[in-house]
Amino acid sequence: MGSSDKSASKGSGKSASQVLILSLMQVWAWVFLACLVLIFIVAVPIISGSSVSFLSVRNSQNILVAITPVLLLGLGQTFVIISGGIDLSVGWVMSFASVISALALRAAYDSGLPLWIAVLAGLITAIIGCGAIGLFNGVIIAKLKVPPFIVTLGTSFIVRGMALLMSENTTVIGLPSGVRDYGNESLMYYIRGEGGGMYFFTKPEVTVDLLRKMDRIITYPVLMTALVVAIAIYVLRRTKFGRYTYAIGGNQVAATRAGVPVESHIIKLYVLASVTAGIAGFLSMLRFTAGSAVIGDPLLLSSIAAVIIGGVSLFGGSGSIVGTVIGALIIAVLTTGLVMLNVPSFWQFIVVGAVVILAVLIDQTRDIIKAKIGTG
Amino acid sequence: MEKPPILSIRNLTKNFGGLVAVDNVDLDIYPGEVLALLGDNGAGKSTLIKCVSGVHSHNSGSITFQGEEVRFSSPIDARNRGIETIYQDLALANNLDVASNVFLGREKEKKYLGGLVRSLDDEFMRDCSAEALKSLHVELPSLRSPIETLSGGQRQAVAIARAVYWDAGLMIMDEPTNNLGVPEQKKVLELINTLRERGVPVILISHNLPDVFAVADRLAVMHRGRKVTEKKISETNSEEVVQYMVGALDDTRETEMAG
Repeated sequence: MGSSDKSASKGSGKSASQVLILSLMQVWAWVFLACLVLIFIVAVPIISGSSVSFLSVRNSQNILVAITPVLLLGLGQTFVIISGGIDLSVGWVMSFASVISALALRAAYDSGLPLWIAVLAGLITAIIGCGAIGLFNGVIIAKLKVPPFIVTLGTSFIVRGMALLMSENTTVIGLPSGVRDYGNESLMYYIRGEGGGMYFFTKPEVTVDLLRKMDRIITYPVLMTALVVAIAIYVLRRTKFGRYTYAIGGNQVAATRAGVPVESHIIKLYVLASVTAGIAGFLSMLRFTAGSAVIGDPLLLSSIAAVIIGGVSLFGGSGSIVGTVIGALIIAVLTTGLVMLNVPSFWQFIVVGAVVILAVLIDQTRDIIKAKIGTG
Repeated sequence: MEKPPILSIRNLTKNFGGLVAVDNVDLDIYPGEVLALLGDNGAGKSTLIKCVSGVHSHNSGSITFQGEEVRFSSPIDARNRGIETIYQDLALANNLDVASNVFLGREKEKKYLGGLVRSLDDEFMRDCSAEALKSLHVELPSLRSPIETLSGGQRQAVAIARAVYWDAGLMIMDEPTNNLGVPEQKKVLELINTLRERGVPVILISHNLPDVFAVADRLAVMHRGRKVTEKKISETNSEEVVQYMVGALDDTRETEMAG
């Protein structure tokens, strides 16, 4: 239809300042993150003494280690929320994974298998066990049409009970000591000061004194999370699977009519959410050399907050993995920064909560402005 | 019409329990023809169309499409055979761009490592969508922005382009000009004319008599589940059609009386 005239009038309807405001709102999360980092870089040495730096190797690595579980929970959640659903069970699924992977690893190692096979057995157990929970969620949501909020709320209680039962309400310990290396060693090492330097792939043999000055750069859990993030970005942006996820969130009826296998796709999405939560549980088990039935639950709401700050609409249909990564980074930078400024930890919750609400307000305002410019 | 019909409906009956929604209807549609299907609410035109598009399964009678008797198990089944239905809403994912909608459910993929790794071939899909739109003389401001930024008529055009790209043998359009502004209505009617020029038969369901007289070749009117008349546009006028729609006139009754 000869809409060239129309688009021309649209173009002139947008003033330069409106365009600027719109594009700023589009990338506000990046700007916000950059501002936070800048503020902390300046403020931390002033408040806590000039020897402390916010962007030190140690602190930046601590932030990365801290966001891995939140990010992994948020990844699957991003897919699910884009499709118009929600998964409230991922927190307890992560706990469940932590427990069963610890039990499997211990059993495999005790039966005489080499450590790396035992670790692998732990991972596979976590993936299969959590995949089964996701399958349960997905089938009830897609086939029996029970709202995802209800199903996953129910599942989270069930999984909580299962995790506590299997761990006998205590931390699963007695794992081989070598597990610690899998969860905490890294690709690179950096030792500050005299006699230090960079080391790649192998942990340097150094004196106890130097060891205290050593930082681990990109620990294995961070590496594995980065890998999962990269795959998730690719899948959501570049594959049929991602396209169907957006289509279902945008218009489920249209997707069905167009021949998208909606039911089986929804099932796959909940399996995905549970499996990424399972990987999070497995990695935390490696990191703490123990399985814990209460490790994941506090992270559920943080992960949903990260997804929302990252710009995923709770109504479905829009959002991105990169957004969720930024969202998780904002939360982690905020909490670490506030701790370094000696702000009591309760304030973290208040600030994070405010940012969540701010994020949604900015996204809504942007959509309203867009609609106005579009029709005006 | 010398050519054999593309779609031939014979003695079609569909009832829901005791309610006879479609009663013994015969209808033919020929290549390159726009057939308007008219009738008041509840006259049975939607049910009839849903039997053809695979939403409902008919109770008795037959549907012959491109020379073969068919009975579709689902709308997707009908679409795979070349019968595309364009719904007023519900047809497009508004958060996706034009190409994603044209190829939704039938995406083109590039394969790497023997099919192990696949990615969407967005370039190919965009080019094909642009071509399909061009063949319909449709210009859109952007193929990359989500459909929700387009006007109602432009979205209708995308839905039609999708059907054209996938080589629809028969296009069913349910109230395509509803909820559109006047200039947009005109454009949709132009699109229907383009479809006729390309030889794609169209069944147009509409309440809007001026539309029907502007674009259709023939019309069929339904009343209480029965087809009460079928006429060439050139042989009738809107007053007469309204008489058929409200049941004041009825060709079948006249023949009964004559017989």
